[in-house]
Amino acid sequence: MSAFSAIGEEREIDRDEFTPGIEPQPTWCPGCGDFGVLKALKQALPEAGRTPDETLLVTGIGCSGKLNSYFESYGFHTIHGRSLPVARAAKLANPNVEVIAAGGDGDGYGIGGNHFIHTARENHDMVYIVFNNEIFGLTKGQTSPTSPKGHKSKTQPSGSAKDPIRPLSLGLTAGASYVARTAAVNPNQAKEILVEAIEHDGFAHIDFLTQCPTWNKDARQYVPYIDVQDSDDYDFDVTDRREAADMMYETESALYEGEVLTGRFYVDEDRPSYGQEKRALGEMPEEPVAERYFDEDYKWERSADLLDRHM
Amino acid sequence: MYSKGFRATVAKFYPLRPPAGRDQNMAQDELIWRVAGGSGDGIDSTSQNFAKALMRSGLHVFTHRHYPSRIRGGHTYVEIRASPEKVQSRGDGYNFLLALGDSFARNPQDDAYYGNEEVKPLSENLDDLREGGVIVYDEGLLDVSEIDDFDERVEENDWHVYPLDLRGLAREQGREVMRNTAGVGATAALLEMDTEPIEELMTDAMGGDILEQNLEILEIAYESVKDDHEFTHDLRIPEHDPHDEEYALLSGSNAIAYAALDEGCRFIAGYPMTPWTDVFTIMSQHLPSVGGISEQVEDEIAAAALAVGASHAGVKAMSGSSGGGFALMSEPLGLAEMTETPVVLVEAMRAGPSTGMPTKPEQGDLEHVLYSSQGDSHRVVFAPGTVAEAYDQTRTAFRIAYEYQIPAIVVFDQKLSGENVNVPAAHFDREPNPDLGSVLTEDEIAEAAHHSSGKFKRFTYDHEDGVSPRSLPGQKGGRYLATGNEHNEVGHISEDPENRLLQMNRRLEKMENIREELDSRDETHQTYHGPEDAEYGIITWGSQQGTVEEAVDDLNEMGHSVKSLGVSGLMPFAAAEVEEFLESVESAMVVEMNATAQFRGLIQKELGRYGDTMHSLLKYDGNPFEPAEIVEGFEVQTDGDRASTAANTRYEPAVGD
Repeated sequence: MSAFSAIGEEREIDRDEFTPGIEPQPTWCPGCGDFGVLKALKQALPEAGRTPDETLLVTGIGCSGKLNSYFESYGFHTIHGRSLPVARAAKLANPNVEVIAAGGDGDGYGIGGNHFIHTARENHDMVYIVFNNEIFGLTKGQTSPTSPKGHKSKTQPSGSAKDPIRPLSLGLTAGASYVARTAAVNPNQAKEILVEAIEHDGFAHIDFLTQCPTWNKDARQYVPYIDVQDSDDYDFDVTDRREAADMMYETESALYEGEVLTGRFYVDEDRPSYGQEKRALGEMPEEPVAERYFDEDYKWERSADLLDRHM
Repeated sequence: MYSKGFRATVAKFYPLRPPAGRDQNMAQDELIWRVAGGSGDGIDSTSQNFAKALMRSGLHVFTHRHYPSRIRGGHTYVEIRASPEKVQSRGDGYNFLLALGDSFARNPQDDAYYGNEEVKPLSENLDDLREGGVIVYDEGLLDVSEIDDFDERVEENDWHVYPLDLRGLAREQGREVMRNTAGVGATAALLEMDTEPIEELMTDAMGGDILEQNLEILEIAYESVKDDHEFTHDLRIPEHDPHDEEYALLSGSNAIAYAALDEGCRFIAGYPMTPWTDVFTIMSQHLPSVGGISEQVEDEIAAAALAVGASHAGVKAMSGSSGGGFALMSEPLGLAEMTETPVVLVEAMRAGPSTGMPTKPEQGDLEHVLYSSQGDSHRVVFAPGTVAEAYDQTRTAFRIAYEYQIPAIVVFDQKLSGENVNVPAAHFDREPNPDLGSVLTEDEIAEAAHHSSGKFKRFTYDHEDGVSPRSLPGQKGGRYLATGNEHNEVGHISEDPENRLLQMNRRLEKMENIREELDSRDETHQTYHGPEDAEYGIITWGSQQGTVEEAVDDLNEMGHSVKSLGVSGLMPFAAAEVEEFLESVESAMVVEMNATAQFRGLIQKELGRYGDTMHSLLKYDGNPFEPAEIVEGFEVQTDGDRASTAANTRYEPAVGD
């Protein structure tokens, strides 16, 4: 019997269960895109059949990092840029827990960029939501890794000399097996993508456009948006890496021309997740390690049995 | 503040002078065999097998490894000290040199930056060789005519030199790499030691033709040395009885890894860095077979963060690094403190700052380990002094970490990491402890306090020992928020002053309780040596302990009245024991391998006095102390008439001296 009985529990799940009684009202600014992520997430989890007690929502630092203050589940609000290493280890420790990581574009593409690359490369079975508002919000409006070239801010008074990161292309190149972009202003699509991402066995990277009405007034509200799957103007195979790469490049470029393209950009259902790879190599047990500590019959190995080689 | 101390007495210290009572007269009682060659020539494995053979034959052994930060080529040596009595340090100098060639040596050029590498296995090792010592060198690769004044030095020091064409012999037998085995055979012949334990070990490790060829060359070398040479030297294998109990030959890194396995640690994350890599490698090789997980990750920030994540989800976890990598861990370390996530980190120190000297020991990271990360640090730090202590204290580190939900650090160094010593096998014959510590079961969670909205109160204020039990993701009814922000009882962010004080005080209270628990144990983590009523004291921490204890023995034999204290409980500090020790002596010399007397500073900070009682003996040239240096340091400091001859150590007087 599992020591974690919330996992795999079959029951009706109400989306209100994901609203914490202790802090039901987010403190985000009125009109903030983060509300859209929260709402979509609250809808997606019951639809994917996940309960608050079997979900671990791991966040970084920034406005987006507050997500798990306003979302009822197990939560780990970590440090700036480090949500992914904490999250992926929790997944390895107990693969049956639904692990979702989230953070801002500075958090994920800037300070945590190295972790983003390597977590995607390893294809951990988890969802990673990047709140992309093209700005540093909580520290009051500095230029971020996704701010457009020429973006003026208090820390880039003459305008940014840097080209922005191409987040979708970066996710693809690094090795994410599911890459999508959605927008806070399109909660239905966001919810659908989140459900797909949760159900995907591998690293699902969602670049989530979240408008910042306070510090990034110049930026669009990400409307009108175009769903590339629904539009007749775009025809590409999301399972074809090269076509996906071209479409991502076009999408990333278009954003700075005022055209908001969203949808699924790359889906590889065949690639084994990291846990599957490790298990195939015999480097990770079939049963979650976390369960073993509750197994009273388990015979724990002793180093005394390893001493022969030293004698 | 160190202005006084920087007065170093510089003098030529050549060769190292053994103390009275441990000089050539005692040479028969111990063998210190140094095998020298090039990096990549198999010196390490050759020496390990020889050490094991000596141990199997009934001797106590202690090894010391010296190597450059290079893969191929560069002078390297391993010293094996073997004695019928317990040995606790590398000893002073050595008495038998086996100089193999450096097959990766660069061609000698005038004024080459790395010097004449071809002759280094011989030339670099002469300074420390005792009078009357034995030299065996491979004349197939080494030419003594390239060494200045070789013959004069041989005569002056009464060295006994046996040139042997080991390479030629190995070539004849088919494989040049076997010159190491030939050297071991020659060593055995000259020491008149039985080759059976060596043959047994070869049989265990090799098979087929390779075994046959090695056994053959061992015998040929042994016989030919015996038959063709007249032995002029006195040194023989020390007389001894067989061991009366079983021993295992282990390093500090082995001991730390085995302790982790016995504590039920089934997750490690790391990034390679010398010398921490040893622990990481040993764990990575064993974890899959015990159903554990090892992760080599992108950097040390990730490594420590993974250990925190795994532990948060309910698996006993560790990470670690050496100085530079540990610096990157400071943020996850603070996160573990704030979220009260148990985790064990190991810090294998090497000489700093920055990249420093990657393969050389130093104890310069003490303050780094104690205080790294923002805010008021609260963590547990143990500094084991020996291989056996490394095992014991790593086990305690896990137990404390998981009981008290606090990061625990085991700090050691390149010396303890790599030195092999024989430890009674019975030391490891213990029950495993997979207990997760203060974690609730689902039944217990159901009974525990919850917010009215259903959230589990993970961080409640009132607990006798400051520990509020935790739940694990996936447990029914246990959901809560963990955050690096200050937080309230259910983990939600809170900047309320009253809550802040309650949470801070509760977390800090754990430190007092941990010290109280450790102090109330039957066995202390501190190590005492020498006569209890001695007049003077020597205090040290970590890996210098064995060397200090040998020096204490020598000093007492020489008529001094001195005892030592090896401190392992650095945080929470073992204040009562250190205070009692300091109260019992006239003055104490603090011995540590760093330049700024960090440990002496810690004692003063923790005890608030004794600045005028403690003086320092410091060494930071990349080599660990030898007993004679401590003996001399003590004599110079307690006897105003004796002048220092040491160039490699520094004295720092007591405050007000």
